[in-house]
Formats: sequence, structure tokens, C-alpha cells
Amino acid sequence: MTGVRLLVGTRKGAFVLTADGSRREWQVSGPHFGGWEIYHVKGSPADPDRLYAAQHTGWSGQVIQRSDDGGVTWNPVGNHFGYEGVPGTHQWYDGTPHPWEFERVWHLEPSLDDPDTVYAGVEDAGLFKTTDGGQHWQELPGLRGHRSGSEWQPGAGGMCLHTIVLDPVTSGRIYTAISAAGVFRSDDDGATWRPVNRGLHSEGIPEPEAEVGHCVHRIAMHPSRPDVLYMQKHWDVMRSDDAGESWREVSGNLPTDFGFPIDVHAHEPATIYVVPITSDALHFPPDGQLRVYRSRTGGDDWEPLTHGLPQQHCYVNVLRDAMSVDSLEECGVYFGTTGGQVYGSADAGDTWLPIMHDLPAVLSVEAQTIA
Amino acid sequence: MIRVVLPAHLRSLARIDGEVALEVTGPVTQATVLDSLEAAYPVLCGTIREQQTKQRRAFIRFFACQQDLSHEPPDAPLPEQVAAGTEPYLVVGAMAGG
Repeated sequence: MTGVRLLVGTRKGAFVLTADGSRREWQVSGPHFGGWEIYHVKGSPADPDRLYAAQHTGWSGQVIQRSDDGGVTWNPVGNHFGYEGVPGTHQWYDGTPHPWEFERVWHLEPSLDDPDTVYAGVEDAGLFKTTDGGQHWQELPGLRGHRSGSEWQPGAGGMCLHTIVLDPVTSGRIYTAISAAGVFRSDDDGATWRPVNRGLHSEGIPEPEAEVGHCVHRIAMHPSRPDVLYMQKHWDVMRSDDAGESWREVSGNLPTDFGFPIDVHAHEPATIYVVPITSDALHFPPDGQLRVYRSRTGGDDWEPLTHGLPQQHCYVNVLRDAMSVDSLEECGVYFGTTGGQVYGSADAGDTWLPIMHDLPAVLSVEAQTIA
Repeated sequence: MIRVVLPAHLRSLARIDGEVALEVTGPVTQATVLDSLEAAYPVLCGTIREQQTKQRRAFIRFFACQQDLSHEPPDAPLPEQVAAGTEPYLVVGAMAGG
């Protein structure tokens, strides 16, 4: 029987939650790496028992953990993330040049076909790659070395490369998103990059339609339509139908178009999910009502999903990597909150159940469908 | 043998129970002790000192014999009691966070 494994990263450790296909009863394993921030845990599409976890504290920096048995046991692998060459500078919050300094890994994206190959998005924004299962990490310096790199500025959460999307059809095509620089695309497996932000409009930057400088929060793709991308920006939900060459706003009837995560239904490439958040100053849902919004039309037309979610006095946030879907016949949707709840829906969002109530603040949720 | 005491989160990471006993050849300094520690437990590389610069991480402190050695030169000799193994060299996670 198939089942689901949720990989949950929190402020104080990682948790592995497992259920059978009914997704009603969940077994909890953890905390793994208790006391450490776990920004992201993700499994290899080519070998679902191969997991990678990004573990960090302010005291002792970055550690990468690897599991070869689905999260039962873990072993640390390489944790040296050295920028290639002379790192140079980017802009600091006050506009002055600031040296590129490695702080932490935000996102781990295993290759689609090789369990030993993983991409890592880091703060200060850079892209690294391992081809030996995490023992060694090499920067792909073409991204940070883009001519605009010296102009990039951090967002409120730091200057992080938080999203990595691998195109399953066009060989060598990778998308990354950086706060607050925007989306960059490579068509040569990460050697060279160009910004793909045309159509984005951001009021908080001097030139609202600049080529670079947008605070993109998350992008998502359905593997059957890799040229269609969805984006949750600082403000605005956006869509591209041409592999990022141009974007248009699809916020439509959302109550607010600020938010962090965005994800796509496993079987319906035009069905997408967001969690509207009141504003950049008020990082909680409007009116204290936690609502996932679903569009079955690829944006513009949205419906609130509320059944089973708290509809009063709820003041949590849902962070950018904290939503995921499984690929069971009836698509499951999951998200975690800064209040330590993990919610799941076994019917594509129509109804929700709390899976966990009292975890530390949830930083990331990844769903794996297990045969 | 040089005795090293690590903070709990690093003992857990390196799967160490209690103190670490290290063989250090040549002068016993903070640099040679930490080099030996990292050689014995590679997972600790980067968790006490920066990987490339070997500078102490900001929220790590080094104590021995009731002295704070955090700002001492890394190549300065450690106290004789540490070199003799009668006193441990303490790697401490600084109190931070309120």
C-alpha cells in the first residue's frame, strides 16, 4: 500500500511524519537534530529513501545531514560552502558594498535522476552543487557572478537563494529565486544565468519594473507543463507561460496577494494553492482566519478553503518552503505554520485536519509519496 | 593526552560521550588542539572555527584554568595544566538569546 512521508523542518529540529494512503493516522519520528534550526529537508526523486537536511545554529554554523533509509538514521556529510574566487561585494541594507559571506543553507534540491547530485541555495545568495552525495559542495559561480550581483540587496530575512526549480523536460534548465533580486534562469546546467523578471512590478524599489531587485518569495512548476511557472511575490501572485520570459499578475479575487508559499496540485497543472497573509507588516492571515486559497484556473479566480482550519483568533504565518503536495490519486496538500501546527488535506484542499499541534515554528514541509 | 570538553550540541553532533582525549604533537596551542580535534572528528570542521579563516565563530568561547582564552592568539601556548592533561580545555557555546 502506498503512503506519505512528510519531512518537516522546524526552528528546533526535524520531524518525519508517516501515514498510509488514507492519511488519517500519522506516526511521528523526531526531533532529529534537536535544538538546531532545520531550514529544509528533502528527498531524492530518484531514491525516496535518500534524504538531505540543512541543519544550522548561530553558534556552530551549517551542517548537512544525509539519510539513506528514509530518515531512520542520519549521518553528517560535507558542510564547507566556499564561494569561488574572490567573493566580492553585494549591497547591504544601507546601500553600501558588503562582502559576500556564507550564513546558511536555505534550500536543498536533489537532482531528478541522481540521488548523489543535489543543489543547495544559500545565504548570502549563491548556488552550490554536490555530485558525491553531499561530501563536497562546489559553487556554480555564474549566478552570483552575474553583472547585477554587486547590486543585489538582502530582503528582511537576509539575502537568500530560497527556491530552486529543475526543469524535467528541457535539459540543463534551472530556475532560482533570490530575495531580493528575483528569478534567474540557466539553460546550461547552472553555468550561465540571466534574470527573468519582465512583468514584475514592485512598489518598494526605486524602479518598479527593474530587471533585478524584486522580492520573489517562491516559484512553483508542474512537471507536465514546465514552461508554466507560478510565483508568490512579496506582493502579487504571478504567472508565466513562457518559461519566465514574461509574467502577468493572477492575484484576481484574493483577499490579499501578500504571502510566502505557492504550490501546484500533483495531477492538475492549473490548480494552484497560496496562503494569503495580511501584509508585509502583519505576517498573519486576514481577520485571524487561516485560509488556503485554491485556483483551478491557474490563477485569477480563487476560492477559500476553510473546512478544518481555524477561522478565528489565528495569527500564524506559513513560510515559503512550508507547503507541499503528495501524488496519491487524491492529491494531498500539507502546510506548516510558525505556530507549530502541520495541517493536511487528503482531498486536494476541500477539508483539512491538524496532523501536529505543538511543534516548534515550522520552516519547511516536504511530502513524499512512498510506494 | 589533552582533555577537551565540548558543548552538548557538538557532543551530540559528533556522537561523543563525555570528554575528548586528544594526542597533540608539538606545541600545545589552541590551534593545534583544535586541528587535532577536527582531524579526529571531521564533522566538527566549521562548527567551532570558520572553515577557511580558522577564526573562532562569534558565539563560541574557549576557557581553561578559569581563564577566558577566546581572544588569545591561536598559536600561544595553552596553560601547562592543559598540556599536562590535569585541566580540560573548554569549548563553550556563549550564552546568547536572552
